Amino acid sequence: MNEFAKTPLYKAAWVGFEPGSWTREVNVRDFILKNFVPYDGDDGFLAGPTGRTKDLWEKVCKLTQIENTKGVLDAEIEKPSSVTTYGPGYIDRELEQVVGLQTDAPLKRGIMPNGGIRVIQNALKSYGYDLDTTTEETYTKLRKTHNDGVFDVYTDDMRKARSSGIITGLPDAYGRGRIIGDYRRLALYGTDYLIDQKYDELLRTDMPILDEETIRLREELNEQIRSLKDLAKMAEFYGYDVSKPATTAKEAVQWTYFAYLAATKQQDGAAMSLGRVSTFLDVYIQRDLQQGSITESEAQELIDHFVMKLRMIRFLRTPEYNQLFSGDPTWVTEVIGGMAEDGRTLVTKTSFRFLHTLYNLGPAPEPNLTVLWSINLPENFKRFCAKASIDTSSLQYENDDLMRGYWGDDYSIACCVSAMRTGKQMQFFGARANIAKVLIYAINGGRDEISGEQLGPEFAPVTGEYLEYDEVYRKFDQMLEWLSRLYINTLNVIHYMHDKYNYEALMMALHDKDILRTQACGIAGLSVVADSLSAIKYARVKAIRDERGIVVDYVVEGEYPAFGNNDERVDIIANDVVKLFMEKLQKQQTYRNSVPSLSVLTITSNVVYGKKTGATPCGRKAGEPFAPGANPMHGRDTKGAVASMASVAKLPYAYSQDGISYTFSIIPKALGKSDDERQRNLVGLMDAYFYDKGHHININVFDKETLLDAMERPELYPQLTIRVSGYAVNFIKLTREQQLDVIHRTFHERM
Amino acid sequence: MNTTENNELTAYIHSVETAGMVDGPGIRYIIFFQGCSLRCKYCHNPDTWKAVGGKEMTVAELLADVKKYRSYLRFSGGGVTITGGEPFVQAEFLIELLAALQAHGIHTALDTSGYTDSYTARKALGHTDLLLLDIKSIDPDVYRNVAGVSIDATLRTLDIARALGVPVWIRFVLVPGLTDDYAHMEQMRDYLAKYPNVEKIEVLPFHKMGEYKWADMGMRYQLTDTSVPDRESLARARKILEK
Repeated sequence: MNEFAKTPLYKAAWVGFEPGSWTREVNVRDFILKNFVPYDGDDGFLAGPTGRTKDLWEKVCKLTQIENTKGVLDAEIEKPSSVTTYGPGYIDRELEQVVGLQTDAPLKRGIMPNGGIRVIQNALKSYGYDLDTTTEETYTKLRKTHNDGVFDVYTDDMRKARSSGIITGLPDAYGRGRIIGDYRRLALYGTDYLIDQKYDELLRTDMPILDEETIRLREELNEQIRSLKDLAKMAEFYGYDVSKPATTAKEAVQWTYFAYLAATKQQDGAAMSLGRVSTFLDVYIQRDLQQGSITESEAQELIDHFVMKLRMIRFLRTPEYNQLFSGDPTWVTEVIGGMAEDGRTLVTKTSFRFLHTLYNLGPAPEPNLTVLWSINLPENFKRFCAKASIDTSSLQYENDDLMRGYWGDDYSIACCVSAMRTGKQMQFFGARANIAKVLIYAINGGRDEISGEQLGPEFAPVTGEYLEYDEVYRKFDQMLEWLSRLYINTLNVIHYMHDKYNYEALMMALHDKDILRTQACGIAGLSVVADSLSAIKYARVKAIRDERGIVVDYVVEGEYPAFGNNDERVDIIANDVVKLFMEKLQKQQTYRNSVPSLSVLTITSNVVYGKKTGATPCGRKAGEPFAPGANPMHGRDTKGAVASMASVAKLPYAYSQDGISYTFSIIPKALGKSDDERQRNLVGLMDAYFYDKGHHININVFDKETLLDAMERPELYPQLTIRVSGYAVNFIKLTREQQLDVIHRTFHERM
Repeated sequence: MNTTENNELTAYIHSVETAGMVDGPGIRYIIFFQGCSLRCKYCHNPDTWKAVGGKEMTVAELLADVKKYRSYLRFSGGGVTITGGEPFVQAEFLIELLAALQAHGIHTALDTSGYTDSYTARKALGHTDLLLLDIKSIDPDVYRNVAGVSIDATLRTLDIARALGVPVWIRFVLVPGLTDDYAHMEQMRDYLAKYPNVEKIEVLPFHKMGEYKWADMGMRYQLTDTSVPDRESLARARKILEK
């Protein structure tokens, strides 16, 4: 390794940077900490969009408008996508300062059959395309897919759990995602250095006995090396040599984007997050600005064009998938801000520049801009974030003071709320279990309340007219035990097959050899379960059985404390449920010794989960939506937004380290009387929420009337963005049902 | 006034709101007292008029609940705002609550019409960090027409606030056809100019979001045909009054 640092080429690329262990080994964090310049000033320095930016963005908007009406703009029907499948593609070569498209034309969707061929056939068909017969044959007769592998192994129980909706959203038919390559490595080192490091790692796996683990690792390392070579080839198509480190800010942005782009050519993972690039890129921008080789306007232009490209990332999905996740999310999550372990803020001018794209290009759901909040962030930055939230509703916030203790100061967020040390950790994405349904199964002795079938284990059902807390809780505990085992086993199957048939070689090439793997499980319906148990405990709940003897409805007599009112009596129940589930998951044996973790996150599927779930003891009727993420149930939080935030903040991150998502919507007038007051109050809200250990918050600031109008006249609101559950969507791309759910959801509007 | 078995004072509390951000500085824990002696035509909380209702609570209970939100109050520079109803209807409890909050270092705002006697006003304002004083109109006749009572007590409370050096934010609701006489607004401005402790005058546009509550309570809402103020008249009122 040391050899590289000594060559004139590397010396030239790194001139002006303070050396450190990062020159001798791959260590991006060390590079950042040795070289970044914290910024505590205000937004006064920011530059508006250049003419090139405006022209280029207009072209992109025209294309997305056509896409909105057609569903997809264009799609590949023959060639499976890989890092090198496509030659160069452009929007407008003259205007683009950052180049590279996923396929050969803007917004054209590639196909990645390694995950599963059926999804691709269906998706193509629904948009009026037919998959090429040779390709189809290849992936049905010659080359097995991840999807086929999984279904070879799935047990009866797994199939049943999947179809009843007790476990849903499993990545068993497409790319699993939630893996973040450390895309900065390409800019800092170039592929030569990275490949050399991988060969070095390969040497270290030459063990006396090659066990299964080592065999797999050696194969993977070679896959990684090949993908890095492909990455260099892909950049060559565009006339760039990324075998060497980037020498300028423009190259640093370009290299970083190329690395990310290559990942999106190879994988169509459910969430393809970017990581933590802004402060890294700031080091290069700062160097160029100091040398006078670029201006502020040019620096902003680079970020604007980069972000434009990130907004254009597309995958081919079925319309059902889009319906489930509201629009066309890709979760290009970029974290911004946070604090270094040495106490300095990691906010730089480029943190501002990234947020400023929301003004230069207008609001947008992607990239999923995520501010890592600390009470010690510079006041000016906090104010600018609050302003951007109030103006665009495009930001989410996560608690850096909380996560730094777990993940250090160079972690990224995959998808919505999943923290992972960049380049050192990945997760086996496991979607989520519907624990409201688990509770109903517990009451009905494992029979599904909708189909009536015996889908869970045949335990003794609850038979009394009125539900008894201790009895229900005991049965819930048993049913959860069953579910936990089934859940982890299912994930083991999925990830075994994903590694085998759809390995993320390029993304993993941008990781260390030895990484931490988590098995990321999830909870949907937490507030439904907490309220239901609270109702059974503090009110009287009568069970209504149908002719099959199944409890299909409940009558709540009296009142009960509902989650979201900062009431210990029920907040403790919510806490206990999270802890109970996590402890059960921890007992299971996991694939590749991954560490089980848990999130309280529903994405927008809270509507769909609700549909598949019968009535619950809290008084929720069959089919009614759940609250999103960790949110209290609609309209049950009666003491105002802060009480609701306080309840959510109490949920234990220690037992839910994959994240706890909370969505907060407020009308501008309720946030304060002037712009200044609104910004101050929003900053105060977040300081307090995070000080009290809240993990995540989406901030939406808009009037209900705006949303109602956008439902009627979507053409006037092409960029109306709202935060949903760990990410943001275009409001007009939601289904009508989801739009109504957003509008009915507790809006804090006291004036 | 009721007490518990332990002889603790209690009050009827209509409800609380933990995310008040428009009734005083920062994030406010808002306590709505039950009961009101005024009968303002535009009232949007007529459900607080009755002397009895809501939940009976002690000072200690309220204080314990407020303390659960100390981070929010601290980081936003907020506090507690007591409103109603008319807080002075349960004056003894009000004074005890204000004193207790202040003793715990919590910023106190009192949102009132000022309708009380001078003794009570002096005691309450002694523990008030900010007085949010509602003046329906400076014209005695209009005031009586709107609120059903005399303006005298309100102005006396304002005098006491000046004497005690309590900062005041004046709140004035602009109701078309009822309080929208610009000459009166100018008089009010001139009148208030004599009060150095008046930091702010807020003009609030009349809204009808409480109308349904009148119907729920079987009362006739007199302002059904009144519209919300238009942009121009609101701007003009603000130009005259707002500091």
